[in-house]
Amino acid sequence: MTDIAQLLPLALLGAVLGLDVVSFPQAMISRPLVAATAAALLLGDPVRGLLVGATLEMFALETLPFGASRYPEWGSAAVVGGSLFTVHDNTSPGALTVAVLAALVSAWLGGWSMVQLRKLNAQLARKRHDAVAAGSKRVVEGLQVFGLTADLVRGGLLTVVMLALFAPLQSYVLSTWGSDPRVSRAVVVGVAASVAAGAVWKVVHAAPGARWLLLGGVGVGLAIVAMR
Amino acid sequence: MTVHVEIPTRTRLAMFVRLLAIQGAGNYETLLGNGIGFCVEPALRLLPGGQGGEAYRAALARQSQYFNAHPYMASVAVGALARAELDGEAPARIERFRTALCGPLGSVGDRLVWAAWLPACSVAALAAFGFGVGTGGVLLVFLGIYNAGHLALRAWGLSAGLDHGMRVASALGGPVLRRGPMHLAQAAALIGGIALPLALDQVIGPGRALFGIVLGAVALGGVVLARLHGRAEGWKIGVGLLVLFVLYSVAR
Repeated sequence: MTDIAQLLPLALLGAVLGLDVVSFPQAMISRPLVAATAAALLLGDPVRGLLVGATLEMFALETLPFGASRYPEWGSAAVVGGSLFTVHDNTSPGALTVAVLAALVSAWLGGWSMVQLRKLNAQLARKRHDAVAAGSKRVVEGLQVFGLTADLVRGGLLTVVMLALFAPLQSYVLSTWGSDPRVSRAVVVGVAASVAAGAVWKVVHAAPGARWLLLGGVGVGLAIVAMR
Repeated sequence: MTVHVEIPTRTRLAMFVRLLAIQGAGNYETLLGNGIGFCVEPALRLLPGGQGGEAYRAALARQSQYFNAHPYMASVAVGALARAELDGEAPARIERFRTALCGPLGSVGDRLVWAAWLPACSVAALAAFGFGVGTGGVLLVFLGIYNAGHLALRAWGLSAGLDHGMRVASALGGPVLRRGPMHLAQAAALIGGIALPLALDQVIGPGRALFGIVLGAVALGGVVLARLHGRAEGWKIGVGLLVLFVLYSVAR
């Protein structure tokens, strides 16, 4: 993962997907399900990316990006998680746990970096206030282009830094991992699904009949699992 | 005096593409303000005096001030404000109208998109994953459904704004915007309920006993997190739990 030929495309992907979170085009290609799969596709195994992406998507269900609220940045983070999970073979028992944890920490840091970028944008807008108040097209467009470019760079840098930090850490942790592979997976997906269950309830509880629809859905889901 | 200016398709297209980057210069002071000016700008070139003229510069300055709304629903504001400027409405009236738009466009968009459409599409994709649909299929379900709604909403908003101008409030009273969030939440409840056990099973793999234990833990965890509503974020608690599990697994 410290190989530049591997890092560069992942950094570019992290940059583009980090940009999608807020700045452009907010088409949700930055959602973990998509972003982790895209990263894994670059490394040659999209199926593994989908697995870690689905787990992260359960965490991301909780994120409602209302107004100027502060929230985790899932785009670059899912690239980190998808990449770390894909570079390790399927037999590494803690690979999913470590990849998901790395992605969550990256999402946390990514959210902080978005706040810093908004502060920087505000600082620049304040400096250019007179030109904006005079109706300068060049300045209005310049502020927009600066913000977009800075966000792109932010996502790329975050991806590189987090991959560079977590790749060696992951190798160490996995070499000393002592838990059973299935229990390891069960713990991480159990935590993720708990967050998702709480999030779904938070979103739907005010709708008429939602309680019964949710319980009915769980019943149908369990019946399908039982029939497998 | 009101003069109706026709807006060429090229200008509409330029406004639509710019809408995708409306939050590019987003910040905690003017929020979407600069983005609104950026998106309205192609239409302002049609003002008397053209690009760089007095009317153009005054309108661009007006439209680049503080503004807050849901980014998709801001398309309604961009269209309506462009129409108001081209219709030659009084600046003070435009500014009052601009201020009045913020609240409704924020709350309608947040309820419809962030709290209903996005979670519904997300659980639909998780359900597809749980059913064992292939990678391309899962992504197609999520990106296809989500963006059909996303792009349609932006396009409708711009068009409604440009058509209705300062009378755009009537378009916001449509049944999709009023009742859509409730129906989407009901759909998300049902699909989410189906998706969670299926996705759990897909990640854990075969083995009923372990699945049962995890399911019980998830039910308990979900209830606790739902009760903590607003006081704690589940994903942050998740980080803590996973750190503890990694430390335990390494120390064993």
